[in-house]
Amino acid sequence: MIDQLPTAHIELEPEQTGKTILEVAALNAYYGKAHAVKNVTLNIRAQAVTAMIGPSGCGKSTLLRCMNRMHEITRGTSVTGKILLDGQDLYGPRVNVTQVRRRVGMVFQKPNPFPTMSIFENVAAGLRLNGVHDRKILNQRVEYSLQMSALWDEVKDRLHRPGMGLSGGQQQRLCIARALAIDPEVLLLDEPCSALDPVSTSKIEELIAELSQNYTIVIVTHNLQQASRVSDYTAFMYLGELIEFSRTEKMFQKPDKKQTEDYITGRFG
Amino acid sequence: MTMNRKDNIRLAWRLFLDKFVWVFMLASTALTISVLAVILGYVVYQGYGYISWSFLTSLPTPVGQGGGGIANALVGSLIVVGIASLMAVPIGIGTAIFLNEYQSRWLGWSVRFLADVFTGVPAIVVGLFAYAMVVQPMGSFSAFSGSVAYAFLMIPILVISAQEALRLVPGEIREAALALGVPVWKTILRIVLPTCSRALMTGLLLAFARALGEASPMLFTAFGNSFWNVSLAKPIATVPLVIYRYATAPYDDWHAQAWAASLILVFIVFVASTLTRLAFRSRLDD
Repeated sequence: MIDQLPTAHIELEPEQTGKTILEVAALNAYYGKAHAVKNVTLNIRAQAVTAMIGPSGCGKSTLLRCMNRMHEITRGTSVTGKILLDGQDLYGPRVNVTQVRRRVGMVFQKPNPFPTMSIFENVAAGLRLNGVHDRKILNQRVEYSLQMSALWDEVKDRLHRPGMGLSGGQQQRLCIARALAIDPEVLLLDEPCSALDPVSTSKIEELIAELSQNYTIVIVTHNLQQASRVSDYTAFMYLGELIEFSRTEKMFQKPDKKQTEDYITGRFG
Repeated sequence: MTMNRKDNIRLAWRLFLDKFVWVFMLASTALTISVLAVILGYVVYQGYGYISWSFLTSLPTPVGQGGGGIANALVGSLIVVGIASLMAVPIGIGTAIFLNEYQSRWLGWSVRFLADVFTGVPAIVVGLFAYAMVVQPMGSFSAFSGSVAYAFLMIPILVISAQEALRLVPGEIREAALALGVPVWKTILRIVLPTCSRALMTGLLLAFARALGEASPMLFTAFGNSFWNVSLAKPIATVPLVIYRYATAPYDDWHAQAWAASLILVFIVFVASTLTRLAFRSRLDD
């Protein structure tokens, strides 16, 4: 499956996935005075996987967290610039931040299922906490989300067991199911495999390929091979700036910038 | 590598030290447990004989008449501590949430410091304060003023324990909920508090037990009463007050009743702690 991925992705032409869903325009993000993201502009294509790579501290996770306004929950942070989701500025004056986060879901580095909840309750949490209580809808959404995250077959007989009882890889797929349950338009993955073993990692990578047929995915990763395996587009960031952004094959075979080439070939970072 | 004599001595010394420290720790543990056991055993030994259904269900009788019980004090204690909990729990946990989840570190640190100091304030001083704040303006001793005094005792314990409990909840759990588009207040109420409910209950129990056993703040607030009272505006009997009055009186019969009342107090705390632990044992662990 994984071996087939790169060829499958090469067949995709830009015009087939041409629609832009998320436009980042002149975005700056700060932690206090530290300037973490510097004047970044890029367009995220709908129903494609965009990877963000770069050395630690380059601002890629910060940029990702700006895309669903999670950056601002850290004290002392600030943002300037715009991020348009379907043309609407997420940082606009009348925007409801909880609404933004429902439309742009997020999965974190460390699997973080809710410890007091069962598998079912974890997946249903986003719906329930946003006021959906219809048993039929919940059952449907939970099953659909677990199917989408390729976890259904492993957990369908123990939906009411604790989510924490699953393995690390299963927990991460549970977190993906939880994010999918509220039907986001964009799914942000912040180094989703960095706490996982190789087998779990390859399962998540397969899943990303599956999900990209229905969802727009932005993934931050430290693993260059992973970026080249799973993504259609890659953004390379360095010291807070976006150095290069292009189709993944081009980025890994014939990057425009020297810095990109140096990083990809392992000369720094 | 051969061992010379010096090495052998060092090794023997280290082994001795290891044994010595081990024995010391074992002895400390044994001492702690045995002191507790002796106290508990002595209370049971002294109090057990007097415990009967009528002791729990009848009112005190005048000296020399024999019999009599602590029914009014039991109900009084539950009323006074109950009302105190109703006041202290929302305030204490609310303060902890405010400090932990919303406010600046500086304010959090200073209120935490104040709470630490406040737990060290002698209970009798708290009683005096409640006397000045409630009893004097109201013009009489009352169950309510006792509740206020107990609430003052409970709040700092609750703030500190709830803050610790909230701190145990990993930031990732909050982030997970916020990223699902759950508002901050709902994240705290529905995700953060349930996640640390057991630690919160432990703190609540600690505060409850502390208040239940304190006699001194009641001396000039609830004051005590030998008759039935369930009115918050009138003086009321509580178990620690009964123990204090009976234990310091010169009658053997009253001494025995004081022991029995002590045993009841210990028993209530024991039952409350067991029940809350059972009730809050996560239904998910098995």
